[in-house]
Amino acid sequence: MAAKIEIKGLSAWYGSKKAILDITMDFAEHDVTAIIGPSGCGKSTLIRCLNRMHETIPKARAEGSVRLDGEDIYELPAVSVRRRIGMVFQKANPFPTMSIYDNVAAGLRLNGERNRDTLDAAVLKSLQSAALWDEVKDSLDKSGASLSGGQQQRLCIARALAVEPEVLLMDEPCSALDPIATAKIEDLIFDLKRQYTVVIVTHNMQQAARVADKTAFLYLGKLIEFNATRDLFERPGQELTEKYITGRFG
Amino acid sequence: MIGGLRRALPPFRFDRQGRRLWKDLAMSVAALLCVVIALVPLGSILVEAGARGLAAIRPSLFLLDTRDGGIGNAIQGTLILVALASGIALPVGILTGIYLSEFGKSRVGDAVRFFVDIMTQIPSIVVGIFAYSVISTIMIPFVARTSEEALRLVPVSTREAALALGIPRHRAILRVVLPSGGSGLLTGALLGVARVAGETAPLLVTAFGSLYGFAGLNQPVESLPHTIYTFALSPSSAENQAAWGASLILVLMMLLISISSRVIVHLRSVRE
Repeated sequence: MAAKIEIKGLSAWYGSKKAILDITMDFAEHDVTAIIGPSGCGKSTLIRCLNRMHETIPKARAEGSVRLDGEDIYELPAVSVRRRIGMVFQKANPFPTMSIYDNVAAGLRLNGERNRDTLDAAVLKSLQSAALWDEVKDSLDKSGASLSGGQQQRLCIARALAVEPEVLLMDEPCSALDPIATAKIEDLIFDLKRQYTVVIVTHNMQQAARVADKTAFLYLGKLIEFNATRDLFERPGQELTEKYITGRFG
Repeated sequence: MIGGLRRALPPFRFDRQGRRLWKDLAMSVAALLCVVIALVPLGSILVEAGARGLAAIRPSLFLLDTRDGGIGNAIQGTLILVALASGIALPVGILTGIYLSEFGKSRVGDAVRFFVDIMTQIPSIVVGIFAYSVISTIMIPFVARTSEEALRLVPVSTREAALALGIPRHRAILRVVLPSGGSGLLTGALLGVARVAGETAPLLVTAFGSLYGFAGLNQPVESLPHTIYTFALSPSSAENQAAWGASLILVLMMLLISISSRVIVHLRSVRE
């Protein structure tokens, strides 16, 4: 399959501290790619470089090239990159002052969309895609913060989908959720890949094994191994990978 | 009675558990005591101003000017001064606060913050020597700092959520960060308004006070604090009484502004 995102020689720093080191890898279109590795290995930094969120942190910088459909994202306006590459964060972060409807509509509205029918349609479609519509259809004007943790996270997914991105980055989207809410999000990821390219950072190796087509293992800022998920877990090519996935580390 | 007290108190044991319970009780009582100490002066001022002020309130108090022992021109003057000061200071102060909170992590930001901090600490009488627009000068740094603090309380995750949707930064600040810090901004603005409404010292040297109604921005204008000051020092006991009335009106005006703006914010917020 064609590569949706190509990363070449990507390094990133926070001030003088190097977070990721010379990473080269491709993400195929309509694939779910999981990125695993111990805390602080640069997983989040890596995906934050893909939609140029890394540079929003003071003193953070990145080098190397990231191409989306062949175009270097560091030569495009950051705003348009972020509309094409959406992101869901570790902790659900609905806009606290907005209703459920306004949360989902925010991306379109704050980019200038005013047509009520267009917004209604986008909200309906996004909430359905995020498997939340049935639970909130009667309370769209309630505060987004009034939902449960798992619902809030799906609301954030709906909000990201509403601007119709091509790629969805997920930064440990289930780490604050219980197993039932996690299962719902995992089912959702499975549905989403038909339409989107998904990159998910996770601490949970079972989760990577369940949802991902390909898995990358990062350690101390370096890409150690990147392979089809089944191969990576059953026949790891590197000793480090094997140690990590079998829990014998350090 | 004794039995009830016995049950409310921790057991008379002084092992680790017993000591802990007694310490907890002592600290709770101390905290309660401090609350009472803090509230007593506040309460007594309100009760005193309420009781004495109420006795002074009659139609003539509002209808007459200070020349005739009323406070009509002072209320008018205070409203004009507060409106004028807020009109200048709220936009400038809040914009400064936005700058400090959103873009202030630089040397320029540090310099502005330092300057604003110094401005808040200048005694108001000193500011008063400079200009008629004095009260906005007092209000700007105050509003700037409270706005900065209010906006800093908006979590980074909220800003990131907005930016990650491809929303340009200026719009993310105006449409997402500002509303999220809304109630803090409002509190800061209200404290600023209350502060200038009660400010007397700089007005002695700038607005001077006047016995008559508003006569133009280049003319002296009366204000409630100034009226209270002159009436309270007056030999006439009728004017002394009117000073209490003016104090009560000033307090009530602040209360009204505060309550009504909170009601507006509440009505505009989304339901839980």
